[in-house]
Amino acid sequence: MALSGMRGLSVFISDIRNCQNKEQERLRVDKELGNIRTRFKNEKGLSPYEKKKYVWKMLYIYMLGYDVDFGHTEAVSLISAPKYPEKQVGYIVTSCLLNENHDFLRMVINTVRNDIIGRNETFQCLALTMVGNIGGRDFSESLAPDVQRLLISSSCRPLVRKKAALCLLRLYRKNPDVVNVDGWSDRMAQLLDERDLGVLTSVMSLLVALVSNNVDAYWNCLPKCVKILERLARNQDIPQEYTYYGIPSPWLQVKTMRVLQYFPTVEDPNTRRALFEVLQRILMGTDVVKNVNKNNASHAVLFEALALVMHLDAEKEMMSQCVALLGKFIAVREPNIRYLGLENMTRMLLVTDVQDIIKRHQAQIITSLKDPDISIRRRALDLLYGMCDITNAKEIVEELLQYLSTADFAMREELALKAAILAEKFAPDLSWYVDVILQLIDKAGDFVSDDIWYRVVQFVTNNEDLQPYAAVKAREYLDKPALHETMVKVSAYILGEYSHLLSRRPGCSPKEIFAIINEKLPTVSTNTVAILLSTFAKILMHTQPPDPELREQIWSIFRKYESYIDVEIQQRAVEYFALSRKGEALVDILAEMPKFPERQSALLKKAEDIEVDTAEQSAIKLRTQQQTSNALVVTDQRPTNGSLPVNQLNLVRIPSQNMEATSHQEMSRENGAVNKVDREPVPSPDLIGDLLAIEGPPSAAVPAEQNMVPSVDATADAIGALALATVNEESNTVQPIGNIADRYNALCLKDSGVLYEDPHIQIGVKAEWRAHHGRVVLFLGNKNTSPLTSVRAVILPPTHLKMELSLVPETIPPRAQVQCPLEVVNLRASRDVAILDFSYNFGTAAVNVKLRLPAVLSKFLQPVAVSAEEFFPQWKSLAGPPSKLQEVVRGVKPLSLPEMANLFASLHLGITPGLDTNPNNLVASATFYSETTRAILCLIRVETDPADRTQLRLTIASVDPTLTFELKELIKENLVDIPKTTTPAPSQAPPLQPQSPVVGSGYNDPGALLAGLL
Amino acid sequence: MGIRFVLLVNKQGQTRLAQYYEYLTLEERRALEGEIVRKCLARNDQQCSFVEHRNYKVVYRRYASLFFLVGVDNDENELAILEFIHLLVETMDRHFGNVCELDIMFHLEKAHFMLEEMVMNGCIVETSKTNILSPIQLMDKAS
Repeated sequence: MALSGMRGLSVFISDIRNCQNKEQERLRVDKELGNIRTRFKNEKGLSPYEKKKYVWKMLYIYMLGYDVDFGHTEAVSLISAPKYPEKQVGYIVTSCLLNENHDFLRMVINTVRNDIIGRNETFQCLALTMVGNIGGRDFSESLAPDVQRLLISSSCRPLVRKKAALCLLRLYRKNPDVVNVDGWSDRMAQLLDERDLGVLTSVMSLLVALVSNNVDAYWNCLPKCVKILERLARNQDIPQEYTYYGIPSPWLQVKTMRVLQYFPTVEDPNTRRALFEVLQRILMGTDVVKNVNKNNASHAVLFEALALVMHLDAEKEMMSQCVALLGKFIAVREPNIRYLGLENMTRMLLVTDVQDIIKRHQAQIITSLKDPDISIRRRALDLLYGMCDITNAKEIVEELLQYLSTADFAMREELALKAAILAEKFAPDLSWYVDVILQLIDKAGDFVSDDIWYRVVQFVTNNEDLQPYAAVKAREYLDKPALHETMVKVSAYILGEYSHLLSRRPGCSPKEIFAIINEKLPTVSTNTVAILLSTFAKILMHTQPPDPELREQIWSIFRKYESYIDVEIQQRAVEYFALSRKGEALVDILAEMPKFPERQSALLKKAEDIEVDTAEQSAIKLRTQQQTSNALVVTDQRPTNGSLPVNQLNLVRIPSQNMEATSHQEMSRENGAVNKVDREPVPSPDLIGDLLAIEGPPSAAVPAEQNMVPSVDATADAIGALALATVNEESNTVQPIGNIADRYNALCLKDSGVLYEDPHIQIGVKAEWRAHHGRVVLFLGNKNTSPLTSVRAVILPPTHLKMELSLVPETIPPRAQVQCPLEVVNLRASRDVAILDFSYNFGTAAVNVKLRLPAVLSKFLQPVAVSAEEFFPQWKSLAGPPSKLQEVVRGVKPLSLPEMANLFASLHLGITPGLDTNPNNLVASATFYSETTRAILCLIRVETDPADRTQLRLTIASVDPTLTFELKELIKENLVDIPKTTTPAPSQAPPLQPQSPVVGSGYNDPGALLAGLL
Repeated sequence: MGIRFVLLVNKQGQTRLAQYYEYLTLEERRALEGEIVRKCLARNDQQCSFVEHRNYKVVYRRYASLFFLVGVDNDENELAILEFIHLLVETMDRHFGNVCELDIMFHLEKAHFMLEEMVMNGCIVETSKTNILSPIQLMDKAS
């Protein structure tokens, strides 16, 4: 059992194995580490064999999870040993213990290079493997030509070349320029003629990376890949060694089909025919067999073929074969196949219109939602979520609700959110929606985020018909024992507003309502107490004629909380008490909450954040029917100028004024007289007009800020809407859903999402960026049941971008989605913005919007990791303006360093930790690509002031002064951005009072400015 | 990137082989191994071989007392990886003859050599057992 000649190691492993517990193990490990350390210190007496033994022990200890912070030199030095066994250990242990940024690695670059260019092919293999596993940029620069030579050399044996291929893949990832050699794509094509399947397997992995970054350069490889696939699928000339349970290398088949999925289409008719023949053969010829391994291998190939067919989305017949196969798979007992069936069906939903066929399998999918296996349940949940529409929403949501009570904790939050979204999107009637949300809170209160209950409050407030129903339901829930606190909040809120609508029912007199809510008061948290106080004030106000006994009870509560420790509660108690002593006036002040302005559901926003690929998700959303968007947009009665009843305004303003008995009367008269109530500036932040103001995540700073955010949001919205109206000469009654500027800003930092949405159309964007090229696909989705006509899209590119939009059809059929690819080429650095001028007609309405396209400077950057050796000489050589610019930026939104690092990452700037010794500073670098300049390295340094997060010093350096300047401005824009992008989503904050548009508030919406410019 | 790590863990949760293809600090490794081993070990034979964890997937297979866990990107072909595990086991079996946990434990270096011949930079490099084992056989002869 002993290792050949390494007795000490075997003994050590046995010792560890015999340890009774972790503590003994730790002691044994510590002893060994001490031993190794001493031996290494007296290195002179150490033979290469002993070194080897100790290094293996280190690796073993490291594998057990103990830190080994010494002996790296010894490990690395073995690489230089002349004999194979020592050298091998050196290479393997080094690549396990060290990472690419480790300084020791630089010490051996030369040795490694000598091994690579040397004649000993076993040494070559060792060196190539280590560089392939942990080689960094240094290696990339000094070794790439050598590795390339090995890969294409005809005198090299396959065992070296296969490693060279994957080594080159590593070097390419570290520095894409290594394959920017003339004729490299021809070389790749030649490599595909290789007969050795080992080399071919590695080359195919390299090709996947190359093609995924620049498909256009490698079209010449497409026919060859199809040939390889044919050779494998027909089992022609495949050595037995590469046949796995009778299947010609399933791994190479899978990889080859993966490469093919990066080509948008297959144009050459012969290649196309050949490919479809192979795919057809795989789809039809894969049978279920007894042998598990054979079965798995053949199905691995089959699932990849399915993905390829879906990607090509060309042959209707084959597509229906795919759906049929998937339908079969989701019903089998074998869990792996079922899992993959569900997963691929969800993918299929995104690429093509097969919803109706998939719906036939609904019962089967619901069964999988109850599977004992969480992996399968997750897939089933995703699929159900994706396939839900108005026809099956009731059934699916009820299933989700039922499942909620037994679901794992890990899944409950996602489940609750998904159920809430589906209920909102597809509610056949609103009372059902209210039922669902209340059940949701009841069953899984801990997992229901505040957004969910805010949303139900909004719906109820905006729909008069719904109010009595909601009040009855809220009252019923209050009778239940052990109520979740969220349920207390939502019930109390609803009953405060609407319990008077029930007062004739048994158990619903103001007194009874008060009594049952008051029961909860001693057990709830501060946030809820605030809501309950508001509810009591409202109950008091609604009790006509006044009931002295009830009044006395409520007053005593107010008096009790006047000295409460929480200042918000104190203030509410004091103010409600004072207000309620005004008698009649109370009715005006505490009138019913006005309707909420319609805005995008916070839930959908949240879901978009969660979904990785929003463009795909929006493809699902596009299938939403028109009726459902009515359900969503229950009211679009945005208060227009001057139409706000004065008493509502009072509610907003009074609390921020002093509480003198006369002030509010005077105020309103005054305002009413000048009739300019709606032009008041945004209310001061300290107002507490919003009864729910105290709600919200406690981390979100001061409540004042929470109040402020929604107001600002509403303002920006309003201006956006005004801007649109001017463009359309006031005839445009179609309002965008969501804030256009927000959507644009978000897309500047990610690559897919919704660019624009209104009741008729949704424009989604999905972009891919490679060096100075970009491919942006616009998804135009008609949400209606009738067509959109006169569709027109014109791109107005700035001078630094070449843009070409493919043909946009004039008509978008009902509920269809059209994809329009847009090719972008960057010529030089600039921050000018490209505009999409988009218009369509729906019925009699003509809509025209001008939208900024997120093809911004940062998209042409690629993050790079730069070592200190590279960074500092560059940094120093770019001594000052105009190549290096420095600026102290003030008014920075307060970001923690990790947050700032995230922001930088979304701007494609690679943070290099450790370069700057000051922990308050960030150093980042990126390569900028443009057609005229090729790759330029940009270096960025940010020095923050821990004492004052709102200012920092920004230094940018690159060889191109324009780039330096533009990049500096870009980063600045993102750092001092309007607070919206990082503050919690506006609607996450509590519902707000409708504010009339504030003209001239000095608030600049970029969208508005833009529309003005055009 | 494809394969992120290959882990061999026994029923007691002790790591027998670990190879990562992306750099993780020791703390990150410990946390990751703890979490996924707990998740996978709790599963039974009737459940599928895939576990979703954070932003990637673990494809795993159990042989007697030993679990083979392979972390892959979400878009990796799961069944191909599942059979790749079996190929690894068959290769070890061919070399050791009726491979068991102890073989791997006491011949850690050979297990590493084999894996290194099969996976490089997160990609599959060789699937022919003869080719995978030939360097080890050469070495055995030499010693």
